[in-house]
Amino acid sequence: MPDPSSEFRVNPPGVDRRSFLRTSAVLATGLAAVAASLRPLMDLEDYTTVERFLQKYYKELTPAEMDRVLQRIANEVEKQYGIRPHVRDLKPMDGVEFVYALNLTRCIGCRKCVHACVAENNQSRNPEIQYIRVLKMPHGTLDVEKAEHNYAPPQVPEPGYFYMPVQCQQCKNPPCVKVCPVHATWQEKDGITVIDYDWCIGCRYCEAACPYWARRFNFTQPSIPKERINPDMAYLGNRPRRQGVMEKCHFCIQRTRAGRYPACVEVCPAGARKFGNVLDPNSEVAQILRTKRVFIQLKEEMGTSPRFFYYFDV
Amino acid sequence: MRVIRDYGVFLQRCARIAFVGDWRYYAWMGALTVIVLLGLNAYAKQLVSGLISTGMSDQVSWGVYIANFTFLVGVAAAAVMMVIPVYIYDNEELHDLVIFGELLAVAAILMCLAFVTVDLGRPDRFWHLIPGIGQFNFPASMLSWDVLVLNGYLLLNLHICGYLLYCRYQGKKPAKWFYIPFVFVAIVWAVSIHTVTAFLYVGLGGRPFWNSSIVGPRFLASAFTAGPALIILALQVIRRITAYHITDKALLTLRAIVQVSMLINVFLLFNEVFKEFYSGNLHVVSSKYLFVGLHGHHALVPWIWTAITFNLIAMVLLVLPLSRSLKWLNLTCVLCIVGIWIEKGMGLVIPGFIPTPLGQIVEYTPSLNETLICLGIWAFGLLCYTIFLRMAVPIMQGRLSKANEGREIPGIEAAAQGAVDHA
Repeated sequence: MPDPSSEFRVNPPGVDRRSFLRTSAVLATGLAAVAASLRPLMDLEDYTTVERFLQKYYKELTPAEMDRVLQRIANEVEKQYGIRPHVRDLKPMDGVEFVYALNLTRCIGCRKCVHACVAENNQSRNPEIQYIRVLKMPHGTLDVEKAEHNYAPPQVPEPGYFYMPVQCQQCKNPPCVKVCPVHATWQEKDGITVIDYDWCIGCRYCEAACPYWARRFNFTQPSIPKERINPDMAYLGNRPRRQGVMEKCHFCIQRTRAGRYPACVEVCPAGARKFGNVLDPNSEVAQILRTKRVFIQLKEEMGTSPRFFYYFDV
Repeated sequence: MRVIRDYGVFLQRCARIAFVGDWRYYAWMGALTVIVLLGLNAYAKQLVSGLISTGMSDQVSWGVYIANFTFLVGVAAAAVMMVIPVYIYDNEELHDLVIFGELLAVAAILMCLAFVTVDLGRPDRFWHLIPGIGQFNFPASMLSWDVLVLNGYLLLNLHICGYLLYCRYQGKKPAKWFYIPFVFVAIVWAVSIHTVTAFLYVGLGGRPFWNSSIVGPRFLASAFTAGPALIILALQVIRRITAYHITDKALLTLRAIVQVSMLINVFLLFNEVFKEFYSGNLHVVSSKYLFVGLHGHHALVPWIWTAITFNLIAMVLLVLPLSRSLKWLNLTCVLCIVGIWIEKGMGLVIPGFIPTPLGQIVEYTPSLNETLICLGIWAFGLLCYTIFLRMAVPIMQGRLSKANEGREIPGIEAAAQGAVDHA
């Protein structure tokens, strides 16, 4: 044991050679240990760049800055997937409020909507991310506790059951928007709740808040086969996401803000899915809400006021 | 200039003493450092692969990180249970001990911040949370409140502890106006940190298990049980190792606090269980999953019954005079801490996600990597607390002071010798 008195002096009269050597040895060992424990970071590829790290919030980007961001995204997609995408920042249209209506009498539970959505919106194939969950429900109940999620019969529909697809309900009072600590998700004036994938911090509070289990988290870097990339992209829509951020259904913003139907509406073989501008009295959805005797909002008692309505042929 | 120089010397001596101790000190700090590094290594792996390295999923999207965070906010808040007796009721026994409670709060908050950080999917974007620079969703988001109250509480306690220790070091009497107002703000603030953390859950209408007004009161009751229980154990360690003057009466005062809090805690738990199961509406499913299992899934059932058993045994022991003996009191404290850690952590966070709002049951088990990160953060917290004590104890004893600047300071060994003399 060395003389302890030398260690307690603030300014030792002369640097003691042994204590200097020992301090250096301890320091070197410590640094080596820290470096060794951080070794896995060597595999960190393309986690962020200065440009991405410093990127401003969506609502604060000037048009010129937005152009640069879109350019950057296009370059990154091209580099990663070998295809030059068409990335746009589509704004909501005046006088438009999108509403969805789904006919529970017609839905046959084929899940074509689920897969059309995955293909359209560049969702990760591994691990699998899907925005639409189709619930197989026994007749006579809307209690989701009784639903079957992983049904796989040889043929649908099965007698004694009906099918209820659930996706983001585009609430008028969205709990997810309220809880986000950084305003990374918000409601646009056409009623679509969007996410700035470049601003989300990945706390998953919105995922806990959503009463419809509509939000998905990128638990790892999403993977999409190159040939499956949909190059028609929007900033707030289907551009590829990165590890650690949230995503969800956005009513196919890259389509609907350009005058097309969402992919799930187009693909539905039963005609169960209806979509349109509720502010236009002649739209199909406005007519459905006007004329159907019964239509419901899922979990109406939550006060979320979904823009997604389920109706029946009665 | 002299003031800055003096303060610099103080900090330098404090830093220096943290690296000095007997072989037990080095062994303890070395072991903690190894665990911290293992945790750091696990976190580096998680940064690369993403949160897929945890047991979490879209169904159960928060796990042990947030569970530990919730428990530790309670530990931090519990420092007030020493502050109130001292500053409001002028308790003599606890007077020179309250600082150890406040330092524990600082260590607990540091752990809380670490647990939240490792839970983030994009920790590189933490700056989006900084008011003024990022986009701070205040006051709408309860998480933004939590950021404010936790960091505020950290600063308050750092100020109070730092100022009082520096005064003691200089041998000066602290100026009342410069810390008493902060002490009283900190009392209210301590209640607020755990209330806000409760509101984080309570505010979610889509999660009936959490959306209950009793969660806030239960948080406080359990925090004021587990926190002082932890302090009782910590104080005895301090007494044994450093010969710091701590009376049994002080420990028994804390026992009285744990006693009352545990009775309230168990009473509130009973209220919740009754409401859930007697009314029998559909919202009981999460509680069913937690207490008895649901459709053949019962991963949490053994845990919650362990917690309840521990809490009940602890309650009985606390009520009996038996726990006035330190041996039994220590056992009681361990039961309280473990019981509440399970109940406030896994028992609160996980069932909120099961079943999902769409009725799916997906269970959750923390992964090895996730567990290593948790252990690393706990070791980091203990490391911080040990360093704080290594600085604070000799200052409080007057062994590290301005008067003996430039002269040697006795190490822990000499103090332990003092303990023998004292005995």
